[in-house]
Amino acid sequence: MSEGKSEISIEALRRGDRGEFARLVDAFSGPLYRLALKMLGNASDAEDALQNTFLKAFQYVDTFEGRSSLSTWLYRIASNEALMMLRKRRPEINFADSTVEEEDERNYAPVQFTDWCCLPEEEYLSAEARKAMDRAVEHLPETLRIVFVLRDIEDLSIQETSQVLGLSETAVKTRLLRARLRLREELSSYYGDRLNKRSKE
Amino acid sequence: MSAKKQSLTQCQSLLVFLSDFIDGTLNDDLCQEITSHAAECEHCRIVVDTLRKTISLYHECADEQAEIPGEVRSQLFKTLNLQDYLEP
Repeated sequence: MSEGKSEISIEALRRGDRGEFARLVDAFSGPLYRLALKMLGNASDAEDALQNTFLKAFQYVDTFEGRSSLSTWLYRIASNEALMMLRKRRPEINFADSTVEEEDERNYAPVQFTDWCCLPEEEYLSAEARKAMDRAVEHLPETLRIVFVLRDIEDLSIQETSQVLGLSETAVKTRLLRARLRLREELSSYYGDRLNKRSKE
Repeated sequence: MSAKKQSLTQCQSLLVFLSDFIDGTLNDDLCQEITSHAAECEHCRIVVDTLRKTISLYHECADEQAEIPGEVRSQLFKTLNLQDYLEP
């Protein structure tokens, strides 16, 4: 998020200044909606998560102590909201579960070795390719997906991601690498097929 | 240990550093080790290149998706009782 958005006055928000709330919504709704959409995979749920995020932000702005940035605080609310909705769909999800870090790293060892970096540019972001990219994100376990979305889609640093999720930086790095390796495998399947098809044409 | 086994062990041991390598946050010695290894090991070169490409494609898409759709914004302002701040 751009620096300009940090000019929002916490004092005005605490006073209940509605104009300042409207500025806050305009400054952060784009990225927070994108996060919800990537986490939940459908527009209707993402819209609900976005509304709940701001309702909670308004309700709890008094508790914001300024130890983290406003952006980190909002991302924390939005991430919790999305994870809570996912938990309603599948109650067995346990985000704090550290078995994801303890899992054997060989499970993430690369198995696809097609070099698809030489495809024509128009192949990479075609409508079909974008769907394959979205599907790959949806296939990630939630515990990896949230880390990937915060770091690589929302462009938060490792430190900010760890603050948002209440995880150590080491745990964030482990989850991020595993998410990226999984996505590479899926994209290698898709773009590898495209490469084969083009070579036959 | 055979040369092939040694190489496989090196591939596995370098894997954990790939995120930092691609993000430019890895120390020089390990960067050099990965670069030298990838110059000799075709599989690792492909993994590094395609992993970098994977991340850059998601970055590119994210940049295009930063705006909230107009109707979602309108509904959000109404739900939050901020519709008087909704510009036409």
